[in-house]
Amino acid sequence: MKVLVTVKEVASAGDDFTIEGTGIAERDLEHDLNEWDDYAVEAAVQLAEAGIADEVVGVTIGPERAEETIRMALAKGVDRAVRIWDDTFAEGFVDVSSKVDVFEAVVAEEEPDLVLSGVQAADDGFGATGVALAERIGFEHAAVVNHLDLDADAGVAHVHRELEGGVEELTEVDLPAVLTVQTGLNEPRYASLRGIRQAQRKEIAATTLADLGLTAEDVESALTLTSMYEPESESDAELIEGDAGEAAARLAAVLREKGVGAS
Amino acid sequence: MSDVLAVAEHRRGELRDVSAEVITAGRELADALGGDLHLAVVAGDVDAFADELNREGVDAIHTVAAGAEFDHNVYQAAITAMLDDTDAAAVVMPNSVNGLDYAPAVAEEHDLPLVTDAIDFEYDDGLTVTREMYGSKVETTVAVDGDRYALTIREGEWEPATGEGDAAVESAAIDAVESGARVAGFEEVGGGDVDIADADVLVSVGRGIEDEDNLELAEELAEALGATLSASRPIVDSGWLPKNRQVGQSGKVVTPDVYLAVGISGAVQHVTGMKGSDTIIAINNDPNAPIFDIADYGIVGDLFDVVPALIEEFE
Repeated sequence: MKVLVTVKEVASAGDDFTIEGTGIAERDLEHDLNEWDDYAVEAAVQLAEAGIADEVVGVTIGPERAEETIRMALAKGVDRAVRIWDDTFAEGFVDVSSKVDVFEAVVAEEEPDLVLSGVQAADDGFGATGVALAERIGFEHAAVVNHLDLDADAGVAHVHRELEGGVEELTEVDLPAVLTVQTGLNEPRYASLRGIRQAQRKEIAATTLADLGLTAEDVESALTLTSMYEPESESDAELIEGDAGEAAARLAAVLREKGVGAS
Repeated sequence: MSDVLAVAEHRRGELRDVSAEVITAGRELADALGGDLHLAVVAGDVDAFADELNREGVDAIHTVAAGAEFDHNVYQAAITAMLDDTDAAAVVMPNSVNGLDYAPAVAEEHDLPLVTDAIDFEYDDGLTVTREMYGSKVETTVAVDGDRYALTIREGEWEPATGEGDAAVESAAIDAVESGARVAGFEEVGGGDVDIADADVLVSVGRGIEDEDNLELAEELAEALGATLSASRPIVDSGWLPKNRQVGQSGKVVTPDVYLAVGISGAVQHVTGMKGSDTIIAINNDPNAPIFDIADYGIVGDLFDVVPALIEEFE
């Protein structure tokens, strides 16, 4: 079977950052492979190693800069990647439906049997693309999967969905399906030196909207980011000052007062 | 087209708290739009659930009795039927694990712009939703184009609806759904030697500990304080501690006398699991870490300096 895995290069902000307009200043952002997608990549590569998947294709919506990140997924064992970009994506706040327009076209081209997608992206945290894609392309789906056992012969994925409060739902999902992958599903590997070398020769197909038969109008977003700000701190914590030794001594006093460590 | 449809949530025979919160959020939106609030109760003991959720502000309750447990295909079919039968322009759903299993499909099927994980919204000639980005570091406002949309709301952000309501309860039937995703059962995770929910004092360790080898430091502190060791999600995901030590939305909810958070930033999923602690103490090197918003005492500093000094105090 063929596995398509969606990957996203996400931005994260350090402890100190400046907001410019409706975004964080580019200089204050670091870019990396989305944590959830790292688990999705690992799941896909494990399926290939188990002889279940014949090919693992990565797909990303991202600018040329994202290739560095996508190449990390290739270094971990993804066979090749498709990178779709149009400047219109940089101008606005891309909504779920626009992402699905793009992935739908890629699915039509690649015809995967299984799509693995991270539960959410660490930056915008929408958590919706995988399930919306499933609806659009007529695949079954399961959201927030933290255990996966694929029975390719029966055409069924046995999954656990991680519900709230330490409860997991055991579900059988008919293939073809989209599964959104939760962190903790597996232990994502580090890319080996050999993998990194091999990744240099793997294909990242730069793809335009036109290549997919889409126009910028097709992916027009219904959402506009109108403001971004740092939430006001609601802290009324009593800050314990001083160097480590002083602070520890004062905290020890607080703890003893609460009856901690009294033995 | 100015009505609002809110969707209740239940699991294993019990309504989840967010059901009363979607009523509040839905009522707020219905008032802004000048419409009615419809509540969808799908699967399980729908009559009992409808009775329990017949609260002030609900104009109509629609029940669909179809199976005992959540099935996203049944939910989607039921919501589709209700959107066809009512004048609802907006759908308000929980941003829960199950909510995220059907809400995007509903939005996609009905071509509704979707905003997830809302923590607030305002209506002024159009809907503007407040939500976080970059792991709670910033808040954003997102304007939604058009007059039909789907929203999922973060749990615990709206007050639960109270008071007795007088909504008419109507049962609706949908065609049988051949679901390609079948629930085979449930599993409680996190059993084992220790129940962190029983501990009076927890030393809880997070991403700030950096390396598995450093976990020893947290263990020493727990021992010195006579406390039990717990952790935030990244520690468990990394396999450094077993699942039964995890505090948070997908782990255990704990309410100890003292909760000492070491190197935990305080993401909302973690805070959900420990905000009921009597005294919360945080040690973190980032003064802007959200954990300080709920802490009673805080030390802004390097845990690798503070924790050894604290251990020494108790030796």
